[in-house]
Amino acid sequence: MMALLEMENVSKSYHAKAKVLENINLQIEKGKLISVIGPSGAGKSTLLRTINRMVQIDGGKIIFDGVDTTYYRKQSLRKMRRDIGMVFQHYNLVPRLTVIENVLHGRLGYKTTLQGLLNRFTEEEKQRAFSLLDTLGIVEHAYKRCDQLSGGQQQRVGIARALIQNPKLILCDEPIASLDPNASEVIMNYLKRITEEYDITCIINLHQVDVAKQYSDRIIGLNEGDVVFDGVPLQLTEEQINHIYGIKTRELITV
Amino acid sequence: MSEKTYQRHKWKSALFFIVIIAITIGSIIITQFDMLNGMQSFPAAFMWMISNLLISGEALEKLPTILDKLFETVFMSIAASTTGAIVAMFLGVMGSNATSPNNVFSSIARIIASFSRNIPIVAWALILLLSFGQNSLTGYLALFIGSVGFLTRAFIESIDEIDHKSMEALRATGATYFHLIGKSVIPQGKPQMISWVLFMIETNIRSATLVGILTGTGIGYTFDLYYKQMDYGTVALITWTIVITVVIIELMSNYIRRVIM
Repeated sequence: MMALLEMENVSKSYHAKAKVLENINLQIEKGKLISVIGPSGAGKSTLLRTINRMVQIDGGKIIFDGVDTTYYRKQSLRKMRRDIGMVFQHYNLVPRLTVIENVLHGRLGYKTTLQGLLNRFTEEEKQRAFSLLDTLGIVEHAYKRCDQLSGGQQQRVGIARALIQNPKLILCDEPIASLDPNASEVIMNYLKRITEEYDITCIINLHQVDVAKQYSDRIIGLNEGDVVFDGVPLQLTEEQINHIYGIKTRELITV
Repeated sequence: MSEKTYQRHKWKSALFFIVIIAITIGSIIITQFDMLNGMQSFPAAFMWMISNLLISGEALEKLPTILDKLFETVFMSIAASTTGAIVAMFLGVMGSNATSPNNVFSSIARIIASFSRNIPIVAWALILLLSFGQNSLTGYLALFIGSVGFLTRAFIESIDEIDHKSMEALRATGATYFHLIGKSVIPQGKPQMISWVLFMIETNIRSATLVGILTGTGIGYTFDLYYKQMDYGTVALITWTIVITVVIIELMSNYIRRVIM
């Protein structure tokens, strides 16, 4: 089976001395839920952002959906980005706008500047937005302002915004780090459902090792810009976790 | 905080006050401003105001013309503020580090803003008077230039203060630069910006009186006219109508602010 995403020798550094990512080689399959774990500063966020080119890479090659996208600029980059949804730790919604407006922002990648500014969304797009909100259980809040919603509800709006793009891949940067355990479970269940029902790949940065083990099809361990673990949850032993996090930090994280 | 640093702190603030007082006394001596004499002239000045600045019966007959001029001034101030706001909006987006396409644009916007703001509005009125002559366009332009300068500065700060996380999210969906501005920056900054425009309208109505005296238009001109005729009854009436108008506009904008925030 052809991989949805291939990264070949991808590297990135913000300063000349410190490398954030070093020669990352990854193959990501379709319809899988993949967790990326590792200590803070390991390069998890950067790794995710190199995929949709929110961060430019210094070296290597990224092949998305069979096409080399490494040198994409402007229009081609926009086209690629609409195939990749993104979900954030702090939801990154426009707080003063309504839920439905925020969901429809996910369609901006398909619009010209003028169409977007004039809110020229089609009837199908609006109906799809409502049905997504219905699936995610927040359709009754559609006309509420986003800042009136709880964290878990806002994150579901974030997921709806990513889904309405009709993406092939969704990148989630610490999607449950600001949520309580109950809301976290709801969000993780939705992400799992997305991969199974819509055949969308999810790459999720996580801090919680047990959550990663419970939901993932595959876990990637990152430490100081290197892939130090890559396997199924069963392969992730105590020893491996210590190796990913370093023994000292490990004690703090399990608490 | 230890006893010693606390003591030092106390000495520092004491010293600060002594310096301020010394500067004040020094300035009075240098400029030969006689504080005592100044104080003594207060009662006489007050008596003059009370006996002369009374709204007389015949002044009230001029009320329709005065109101006519007043409305002209108010509308001119509103027009100068809103058209200024449109220009300032573009300059604000260009000038803020969060939204500026590049540093050159940012510098250009900041230079335009600082140039039009740091020349006093009265100076603008006098400069424009020479090139455009004595008409209401001159007054409008003076207020417009002042508004652009002030509002650009205010808008840059409003845009800098908003939460930029949603811009990242929109960029990730494939939105264009103008989508980010129209869908994330403007909706978030709007209440702040409207509040600044309302403040600008209030300020412009006050400035318009002074600009009117210089450019010969609006309520300022009417004020100047009766003042020079020593018709103090009418001058009092004009003053009161301006005060009442400004208060009404302020109350209205406070209400609007409460609703939109």
